Amino acid sequence: MNIGSGSVLSSTGSWKSGDVVSDQFPVGLRVLVVDDDPTCLKILEKMLRNCHYEVTKCNRAEVALSYLRENKNGFDIVISDVHMPDMDGFKLLEHIGLEMDLPVIMMSADDSKDVVMKGVTHGAYDYLIKPVRIEALKNIWQHVVRKKKHESRDNNFDQSGSVEEGDRQQKQSEDVDYSSSANEGNWKNSKKRKEEDEEGEERDDTSSLKKPRVVWSVELHQQFVQAVHQLGIDKAVPKKILELMNVPGLTRENVASHLQKYRLYLRRLSGVSQHQNGLNNSFMGRPDATFGTMSSLNGLDLQAIAAAGQIPAQSLATLQAAALGRSATKSAICMPLVDQRNLFSFENSQVRFPEGQQQLTNSNKQIDLLHGIPTTMEPKQLANLHHPSQSFVGMNMQVNSMAQHNNSVIMRMSQSQPQMLSGANNGSQASRLPLSMQQSLSSEGIPGAVLAQSRIVDNARASVYNPVSQASSMVDFSVNQSKELQNYNFSLGSNSSGMSNLTNRGMLQEEANSDIKGSRGFPSNYDIFNDLHQPKSQNWGLQNVGSSFDSSHHPSIQGTQGVSSQLLLQQGISSTHNNGQNRNGPIGKSMYTNGEESGHTNLIGGPRLNSVSRNMLAVKAERFPDADYQSTNFPEQFGQDELMSAFLKQQGSVGPVETEFGFDGYTLDNLPV
Amino acid sequence: MERNNNLHRQVASLRQSLFDQGYVDEQFIELEELQDDATPNFVEEVVTLFYNDSARLIHNIDQSLEEHPLDFAKLDNFMHQFKGSSSSIGAKKVKIECTKFMEYCRAGNVEGCKGTFQQLKREYAVLRKKLEVYFQYARPAGPTDTASYRPK
Repeated sequence: MNIGSGSVLSSTGSWKSGDVVSDQFPVGLRVLVVDDDPTCLKILEKMLRNCHYEVTKCNRAEVALSYLRENKNGFDIVISDVHMPDMDGFKLLEHIGLEMDLPVIMMSADDSKDVVMKGVTHGAYDYLIKPVRIEALKNIWQHVVRKKKHESRDNNFDQSGSVEEGDRQQKQSEDVDYSSSANEGNWKNSKKRKEEDEEGEERDDTSSLKKPRVVWSVELHQQFVQAVHQLGIDKAVPKKILELMNVPGLTRENVASHLQKYRLYLRRLSGVSQHQNGLNNSFMGRPDATFGTMSSLNGLDLQAIAAAGQIPAQSLATLQAAALGRSATKSAICMPLVDQRNLFSFENSQVRFPEGQQQLTNSNKQIDLLHGIPTTMEPKQLANLHHPSQSFVGMNMQVNSMAQHNNSVIMRMSQSQPQMLSGANNGSQASRLPLSMQQSLSSEGIPGAVLAQSRIVDNARASVYNPVSQASSMVDFSVNQSKELQNYNFSLGSNSSGMSNLTNRGMLQEEANSDIKGSRGFPSNYDIFNDLHQPKSQNWGLQNVGSSFDSSHHPSIQGTQGVSSQLLLQQGISSTHNNGQNRNGPIGKSMYTNGEESGHTNLIGGPRLNSVSRNMLAVKAERFPDADYQSTNFPEQFGQDELMSAFLKQQGSVGPVETEFGFDGYTLDNLPV
Repeated sequence: MERNNNLHRQVASLRQSLFDQGYVDEQFIELEELQDDATPNFVEEVVTLFYNDSARLIHNIDQSLEEHPLDFAKLDNFMHQFKGSSSSIGAKKVKIECTKFMEYCRAGNVEGCKGTFQQLKREYAVLRKKLEVYFQYARPAGPTDTASYRPK
C-alpha cells in the first residue's frame, strides 16, 4: 500500500508537514484517538502502535480539539468514539471537519443503522463497531490518502490557476500541501465519499476556476461574525460585511461564500433544536431535550421571522411537524452540544461554513455544476421532486427570497429534501416543492426557494427550525438573499431541477434533522444537484456566475447578482480552500485563531472548487446582492425546516441539522468498512 | 524446563477453559496478540484498567437502580459504556448481560433491569476471579501460547 500512496503523497506534497517519506507511508501516520473509555483507549493505542502509527490519545473531546488546534498539521487522522460525556462524537466530527479538515473515523459499540447513518451524514470517513479489531485500524491510512488525493486534484487547479492574486496564489500553493489540499479534497471527500463523487470531483477539479482561496482563520472569522452581528443578521450583506471587516485582500466573494456557510451553520443549529423537540431519538435511545437551546440564535431568527411575518405559519408548522416527526432525534443529540457550545459551535459552524461550502461544492461537483461537469446525480430523483412540489413551491417561493446565502445550502438541502420529503413529510411534499417552486417561481419570484434556503440558514442560526424560527430564517435570507434567491430560483426555475433544489432544501432540513431522512436526502441531493446543475450549466453558466440567468429571469434582480454570484463562487471556492488551510488554525475559543494565516486572508481563489461548488457560489452570489424579498418567504419556512434538517443531516455536522450542507448525501463512502 | 513446560501447559489449559466456558471471546485473543516484548503484560494491564473503570460504572448503576423512579436513559447510558469496555476485553458473558440489561431499560422493565444487573455482577465477579488466577499463572511464564523466549 505504500507504493501507490507514496506516489500520491509525493505529488501532493508532504502530507505530514513535509516529513513524510513516501515509501514509509503509512508508517508514522499521525493518529489522534479520542475515547472516554480508558480500556478502549489503551487498546486502541496499542493497536495503532502496532500498526506503526504515531498515536496520541486523549479521553476528552475538548482536549482533542485543542490538540488539533495547537498542532495544525500535527495529525493526519482522528478516531473518535461516538458517546462521550463532554461532547458528542458527531459534534467533534463536525468541528474537526470544519476547522481542520481532517478525516475522522467514528467508533461505537452501537451498530444500529441510525447511528451509522448519522456518522455518514456527518461526514465520518468510516465507522467502526466496537470492539475494534486491529485489522480495521490497519487500513485507516486509506482515508488519509484518499483525502489528499482529492485535495491535490484541487490544488493542481489552484496552483495552475488564476493569477489574479499572485501572492495569494502562492500562499495557496504553499498551503496546498496540507491544509488547502485538505480543504478541497476534504470537503469533497468528506461530503461525498461515493465513488461517483470522487469521480465527479476529479472532473470538476479540472474545470474549476482557479481562484485564490481565502483561509478563514479564527481571527478572520471573528471579525466576520462581529461584522455580521453589527449589521444584523438580516442585513448582513457581503459587501457591508466586507467593509466592516476591512481586511485587505478579502473579496466580497469570499465573504459571501463564508456568509452562506455561516447561515447554513446557523440553520443547522436551529434545525437541530427543532427536531429534537419533536423527535424521538431513536438513535440515541433516549429523549434528547436539549434541542431547544438555540436560544441566542433563536431570538434572532424569531424576530426576523416576525418581521417577515408573511410566511404562512401553518404551512411552516406543518412542514416542521412533519420534519420533526421525521427527523430522528439524532439531531437532538447534536443540538445540546450545539447549544451548549453556542459560542464554540457558532464559531465552529462558522468555520465550517467554508467547509460547508466545500461540501456544497463537492456535492455540486457531482451534480455537474455549471461547468458542465458530469453530474452523478440521478435525474430521476429530481423528477420526483419536481412533481410533487406544487404545494410547497408556493411556500418555498416565498422563502426563497430570503435565502440568498442559502442558495447553495438550499440547493443542497433541497436536493436531499426531495427525497426526504417524500419520505418524511408526505413524500409528496418534497417532490412537490420542487415542482411548485418552479412554477411559482416564475410567478412569485422564487421566494419559496429562497425561503427554503434562507430558512435553512436561519435555522442554523437560531433554532430557526421551529416554525417561528423558520420565519426568521427566512427573514435572514430576505435580507440579503431574497433577491438572490429569487434570482436563484428563477434560474432554477428555468431548470426544473433548480426548483427541486430549493424545495429540497426545505426538505433537507427535515432530513437533516432526522438521520433517516438523511438517507433519503442523499439521493435527492444528488439528484437535485444534478438536475439543478445540469440545466444550470445551460442556463446559468456558472462561470458567469449567475449573472446570466438571474438577470434574464428577474428583471428586478439587480445587476449585481451576476457579480455576486461570481464572487460567491470565488468565495465559495476560496472559503473551501480556506477551510482547509485554516483548519488547523488554533482556534481556541474563537473559531479561527490566526493560526497559520493569522489575519492573512488567504485569498486563494478556490479554483479547486468543482464547478459544482461554483454553482453553489453562483447561487449564493445571486442571493446576496440584494435580498429584498424577505417577506415572501414564509412558505419557505416549512420547506426550510425540512431543508434545514436535510441540510444539516447532509452536512453531517453534529446533528442532522448541523450537517454541513451537502454532507449527508455524500458521505456514503464513509460507511464502515 | 520441565516445570516450565508443566506451567505452560497449565496456563494453556486455564486459558482454554476461559474460552470454552464462554467467559471470554475472540476479542481476548486480539488483546493477546497485541502483547509483545515491549509490553509483556499488556493483557493484564488492560484487564486491570477495565476492573477499575467498571467498578465505577457498577457503583453508578447500583446507585441509579435505587432511585425511584428509575431513570432508564441514564441507566442505558451507563450500560452502554459498560458494554463497550467489556466487549473491548472480550468479556463475553458480561457483555451478554449488558445487552439484556439495555433491552430491559428500553422496555422500561424495572424488575428485568434489576434482576439482570444482579446476574451481571455475578458474571463479572466470576470472570474477574478466573482472570486473576489465569494471570497469576500466565505472568511468570510470559505469553501463554507462545514461549517466544523463556527465562531459564
